[in-house]
Amino acid sequence: MQLSRDALLRAYRQMKVIREFEERLHVDIQTGEIAGFTHLYCGQEAVAVGVCEHLSVEDKIVSTHRGHGHCLAKGCDVNGMMKEIWGSREGLCKGKGGSMHIADVDKGMLGANGIVGAGAPIAVGAGIAAKIDGKGHVAITFSGDGACNQGTTFEAMNMAVVTKAATIFVFENNHYSEHTGYKYAVGTNGDIASRAEAFGMKVWRGDGTDFFSVYETMREVLEYVRVPGNGPAAVEFDTERFFGHFEGDPQRYRGPGEIDRIRAERDCIKKFRDSVTQAKLLSGADLDAIDAEVLEAIEESVRQAKAADRPTAEDVLTDVYISY
Amino acid sequence: MAKMMYRDAVLTTIAEEMERDENVVMLGEDIVGGMGTAGGPEAIGGIWSTSTGLFGKFGADRVIDTPISESAIMGAAAGLALSGKRPIAELMFADFIGVSLDQIWNQIAKFRYMFGGKTKCPAVLRMAYGAGYNAAAQHSQAVHQILTGMPGLKVVMPSTPADVKGLLRTAIRDDDPVVFLEHKALYGMKGEVPDDPDYMIPFGHARLSRAGQDVTIVSTGLLLGFCESVADKLAAEGIGCDVIDLRTTSPLDEEAILDSVEVTGRLVVVDEAPPRCSLGADICALVAEKAFASLKAPPLSVNPPHTPIPFARELESAYLPSADKIEAAVRKVLSYR
Ligand SMILES: Cc1ncc(C[n+]2csc(CCOP(=O)(O)OP(=O)(O)O)c2C)c(N)n1
Ligand SMILES: [Mg+2]
Repeated sequence: MQLSRDALLRAYRQMKVIREFEERLHVDIQTGEIAGFTHLYCGQEAVAVGVCEHLSVEDKIVSTHRGHGHCLAKGCDVNGMMKEIWGSREGLCKGKGGSMHIADVDKGMLGANGIVGAGAPIAVGAGIAAKIDGKGHVAITFSGDGACNQGTTFEAMNMAVVTKAATIFVFENNHYSEHTGYKYAVGTNGDIASRAEAFGMKVWRGDGTDFFSVYETMREVLEYVRVPGNGPAAVEFDTERFFGHFEGDPQRYRGPGEIDRIRAERDCIKKFRDSVTQAKLLSGADLDAIDAEVLEAIEESVRQAKAADRPTAEDVLTDVYISY
Repeated sequence: MAKMMYRDAVLTTIAEEMERDENVVMLGEDIVGGMGTAGGPEAIGGIWSTSTGLFGKFGADRVIDTPISESAIMGAAAGLALSGKRPIAELMFADFIGVSLDQIWNQIAKFRYMFGGKTKCPAVLRMAYGAGYNAAAQHSQAVHQILTGMPGLKVVMPSTPADVKGLLRTAIRDDDPVVFLEHKALYGMKGEVPDDPDYMIPFGHARLSRAGQDVTIVSTGLLLGFCESVADKLAAEGIGCDVIDLRTTSPLDEEAILDSVEVTGRLVVVDEAPPRCSLGADICALVAEKAFASLKAPPLSVNPPHTPIPFARELESAYLPSADKIEAAVRKVLSYR
């Protein structure tokens, strides 16, 4: 099905926001001003956006340690996120969570997560809630090729099938868990979808570096899971991570020229640009205008993050409980 | 004596013990680093550089790079130990005991007792713990509070490279399961380390790192260094502190604590974990119970607050015990009445 011009512009903008957000963090982190561990999502934008463009705020997502892209795609505020990563008390989580714990429940974003494999069971609960509510909403968990090896993920898949939860397991295979290759760590010779299938789910596969592949695949997946009583589904997207596992990773596990190659041949944003301009759906000028606007928006978010209020010692003690 | 970093003391001791005893095996995530990649095995060693070169030296059977599966890592350590091996299992971050707690707590810790003393489980569970990197609530915790309370486990918290060497060797040769807690912020610490390939420090024997008559300070790990700096500062004012490095929280060297408090009459415990049901509370209770008559002031414990660990720099430093907070506590017990 053909996307409208507006939908195309929006999808491109969303991917571009994630890209520039991450590229900018990659630069700013090197100044030492940003604290903590940061895992960048660059290269995988088509997955987050191709999934989340189908969702409403009533649909839930559960994210990972590499969560910025999922958060932005699900509608988290760019400025609030930048402030959070800079540790400001004006950040989305008041500077208490940081990069690995960004959440915005009002947007249906149930949290990034520092514990690999923790998200899938949470999405089963959210998927059961969606089933009970009976309005065709879904819960989506993003998991990497590393997270798919956690017992928690196996339990979640089986329990989702048994309970007919409206849960979708989106596996982002970017070929690495930290420094380990997926063909080593995923015992089915790297095939995650077939493992999910063995749990009794309908599964799909798509090209995670191609927005249209993700978007069209997810249309089918969602059509299926939104039907009450159908239960869960799983989808594996093959994708690429452009940066290191975390900022500072020397990446000696990569092959020679690997990063240049994936940036040249597997860049979802370049691919999107090429396909929409070749098909004359959008012009280069349309996209250039978005590029400029996004760059300015990111610049503005950094300006705001630098100027924002810092937390104080008293803030440590708040938000542990609602009442105590 | 050689000068080496805390992390190198870990690596060297493991290498020496693997050399000495072929039953010693190691397992953990990314401990080889680069498995199944173009860069190949050991493209990048473990993220803490505590296993660099071991795979090349001892091979894939004895240096086992695992998927992200903490429950199975700890369970495999249990099974290896019950089958005559001496596993050293690594959790990349101590916080991940959450994923693997059943195997640690209900299995490894309890086999010997449940089986009526008929078995042994010589597993070493190494894990990097502690705050100081703004790694937030799930990558910064000090977990000794939880593990020390588990009967059947021994818990070690070295504070210097030399102690790493002596205590880790004891842990590997011990027939009971041992949790070995390595503070992330100490990995780069340099110090003199004995060369003796049989250098061992017995468990349950604290180390007196500063001697004084006026107040007893008890601590472990990273915070021990903060306590020493406070003691040195106060020494210049003529105030003498006994600084006791517990080395192991289970077993606990009660005698060293009580002997010191009998002289000083004043106690400050400095603990990286939250206050409720903590090491600090445990030791204060011990002293109240067994050295009540010697006390000149109520014992104090310096802990972080009863909150998860926050992310932002300002918040994390407000959260953690600091030299200033320790000094304030020491002055408080000194000025009592
Ligand atoms: C329970 C747990 N184990 C280990 C880690 C350390 N860790 C963080 S990310 C990661 C790799 C995750 O790989 P994958 O799921 O493929 O996600 P990717 O990083 O590729 O996005 C590991 C081992 C963790 N955070 N939590
Ligand atoms: Mg991965």
